[in-house]
Amino acid sequence: MAKFTLAAHAKVQSGKDFPAQGAQKTKKIKVYRWDPETNQNPRVDSYEIDLDQCGPMVLDALIKIKNEIDPTLTFRRSCREGVCGSCAMNIDGTNTLACTKYIQDVRGDIRVYPLPHMPVVKDLVPDLKGIYQQYQSIEPWLKNNQPAPNRERLQTPEERARLDGLWECILCFSCSTSCPSYWWNGDRYLGPAVLLQAYRWIADSRDTATADRLQQLEDPFKLYRCHTIMNCTKTCPKGLNPAKAIGEIKKLQMARQL
Amino acid sequence: MAGHSTNKTTQVLGKAYPMTEHFYDVVVVGAGGAGLRATFGLAERGLKTACISKVFPTRSHTVAAQGGISAALGNMGADDWRWHMYDTVKGSDWLGDQDAIEFMVREAIPAIIELEHYGVPFSRTVDGKIYQRPFGGMTTEYGKGIAQRTCAAADRTGHAILHTLYQQALKHSAEFFIEYFVLDLIFDQQGVCRGVIAWNLDDGTIHQFRAHMVILATGGYGRAYFSCTSAHTCTGDGNAMVLRAGLPLQDMEFVQFHPTGIYGAGCLITEGVRGEGGYLTNSVGERFMERYAPAARDLASRDVVSRSMTIEIREGRGVGKLKDHIYLHLEHLDPKIIHERLPGIAETARVFAGVDVTREPIPVIPTCHYNMGGVPTNYRTEVVTLKDGNPDHVVSGLMAIGEAACVSVHGANRLGSNSLLDLVVFGRAAANRCAEIIRPNTPHPEITLQSMDMALTRLDYFRHAKGSVLPASLRLEMQRVMQNDCGVFRTGDILQNGIEKLKESWQKLQDVRVHDRSMVWNSDLVEVLELDNLLYQAIATITSAHRRQESRGAHAREDFPKRMDDQWLKHTIVWIDDQGQAKIDFRPVHLQPLSKDVQSFPPKARVY
Repeated sequence: MAKFTLAAHAKVQSGKDFPAQGAQKTKKIKVYRWDPETNQNPRVDSYEIDLDQCGPMVLDALIKIKNEIDPTLTFRRSCREGVCGSCAMNIDGTNTLACTKYIQDVRGDIRVYPLPHMPVVKDLVPDLKGIYQQYQSIEPWLKNNQPAPNRERLQTPEERARLDGLWECILCFSCSTSCPSYWWNGDRYLGPAVLLQAYRWIADSRDTATADRLQQLEDPFKLYRCHTIMNCTKTCPKGLNPAKAIGEIKKLQMARQL
Repeated sequence: MAGHSTNKTTQVLGKAYPMTEHFYDVVVVGAGGAGLRATFGLAERGLKTACISKVFPTRSHTVAAQGGISAALGNMGADDWRWHMYDTVKGSDWLGDQDAIEFMVREAIPAIIELEHYGVPFSRTVDGKIYQRPFGGMTTEYGKGIAQRTCAAADRTGHAILHTLYQQALKHSAEFFIEYFVLDLIFDQQGVCRGVIAWNLDDGTIHQFRAHMVILATGGYGRAYFSCTSAHTCTGDGNAMVLRAGLPLQDMEFVQFHPTGIYGAGCLITEGVRGEGGYLTNSVGERFMERYAPAARDLASRDVVSRSMTIEIREGRGVGKLKDHIYLHLEHLDPKIIHERLPGIAETARVFAGVDVTREPIPVIPTCHYNMGGVPTNYRTEVVTLKDGNPDHVVSGLMAIGEAACVSVHGANRLGSNSLLDLVVFGRAAANRCAEIIRPNTPHPEITLQSMDMALTRLDYFRHAKGSVLPASLRLEMQRVMQNDCGVFRTGDILQNGIEKLKESWQKLQDVRVHDRSMVWNSDLVEVLELDNLLYQAIATITSAHRRQESRGAHAREDFPKRMDDQWLKHTIVWIDDQGQAKIDFRPVHLQPLSKDVQSFPPKARVY
């Protein structure tokens, strides 16, 4: 079996241990740490949490660490209720939102890493600029070549229902960063999150740019690097199905060719 | 900060904080609903605009708005913007400015149509129009019937609108500075706002943004309270910048407690649940709102419902082991309706309360939700202050919109679904006003660097703070004071006690300890700066609450249970100096509407 070795400066080392004093029920949280302002390698620090003094979610544990044990721990968070998408990270090997992931659902120690295969800014904060640019590249806004009426454009409840499962995406990018195809070709493959959004506009009865949108996606990399691995759908913390949306785009591309 | 000499710090600054300068026509601070609507409106008008935000736009707390956005479209039955105006004035307990309210409810109709044209995925009626649901305090014919006025995208309307507005900003190629934390406003010697100073978290650099207009769209400060529906990032940074600039905030005593936050977790459960037929019960299974609001019942105004729930709990009729909360029922609703119109709260209730809403009630409790108070503005969104006897003196170069502003359209109590409306109407109004008064690419005057030095001194002071107080414990202390001493019901003694405790907190902040000394993504330092901001606003809130000796809207004084129009039909304005001392004065309420198309609604008893 082929072996590969990480560059010396990239090797993750074991870090500090922070035991919980006098706690009855504890859980160990092992967190990836990296500070760009020091010349040190990434490390994994271990924090023991007193579960009797902590909220139920992994985010509660991270906030407890930051508040009481180690204020230098850095991560994004905002709404704490699964709607803003800030706290997406890799927990126990799976990309998800820290704010809706129960501590008790993880057996043994909880390993917490940044979203995989993205540049790391610091600790659990990944650099998402590239993926935001990809989002912009699909021109995610309504295009309609008819003059706007004085009132709302009409849309039947059935037409509107076609958007369900698409527009609810919170752009947390748990899916894209779980996709091996995106890991290898993230510079040219758009990835499941952005393709789900591309389909959201294709599926909208009010949008008249479907042909253009499909033409833009007709590319061996942008769309066709999806190999239906399905990690995206499995990992989506909102229960959406990006793989199905990608499948729908591929079907429409086929129909265009016939 | 107190006790720090400018000289020393200037030296530090010269060495350690090189600065990048940017020049724009307009700078918008904040990228929630209001900030985004203003940003692309400005770009559309050809003004060179920068939008600066401490979070990526779609992480802003607008995303969490659930129930909807109000406008008298009349899609579900007869409606009239005058009825909407009356409801809003009554909801505000007559503290709202009627010129601004008229402006908002009339603009509501084109504003919502515009949102639909932008692509917001509104839920639909069978004939394809925007679906509208009933909401608290929204009536027809001046209180006679229940209106269906709140336009909804299922129960994720804020998400739908925020994402659509960001998409429009992308369409207009608006310039964003994302994960930049704005430290303070820059003023010149004449008191004209000339820009902001910001810290780029991504690489740790400092940036000066010069502008002919700064628009604050920094949201509310819910995190001053222990239990709130607000995001961690809701720290009202813009409000605090205004206070540090020596300008007042307005009506800070009016803090809305949403009746239905999830017991324990604090997550919001929309009023739309009650709009779709949900109801509240106490420990004996009684629908108690029938006693407090015989006509509107569970759809009375939020302040009324929150007080009723608090009384039920106090009188021993709360539910649960500790009898300290209330049940919200929707298990009688058709599961199809829940799936179609309330999928988000079904998920939230499952995750955060362990409840299957089709089978059991949700445990809820009044939870801090919205700040009616903020930066005083006129209906054109220009910041105003009381100066030389003029209560409407316009502060040049500064605007405020959204929850950060106090226009005031919400007065003493905001109606549900009027907030998303406020964002888009006044975001748009700010862009239009800027286009009227600023010529694109006007050159920027030279200014002295004094207020920039102050901003960097504050940053540097906290960055190297090595006292003994842990910021998180101080924050918790402040949040508990606000929760316990300045909650749903208030009394003079307890408020005074709270004021004393917050004075101690202010002192402790001078002895805080920051562990992280770095500049790249130093979230330890960000949280301390936010705590400083929160503390300014907590003191402004509790001092204003102590001063207002009457009960009006969300401000319920047990020692002064009546509304007293002869003495208190006026806006409170409060200044906080750099020692944390508050000074209070007042501005008159604008009782006259903007046009002759509607008459003033004079104060009368507020019964639901």
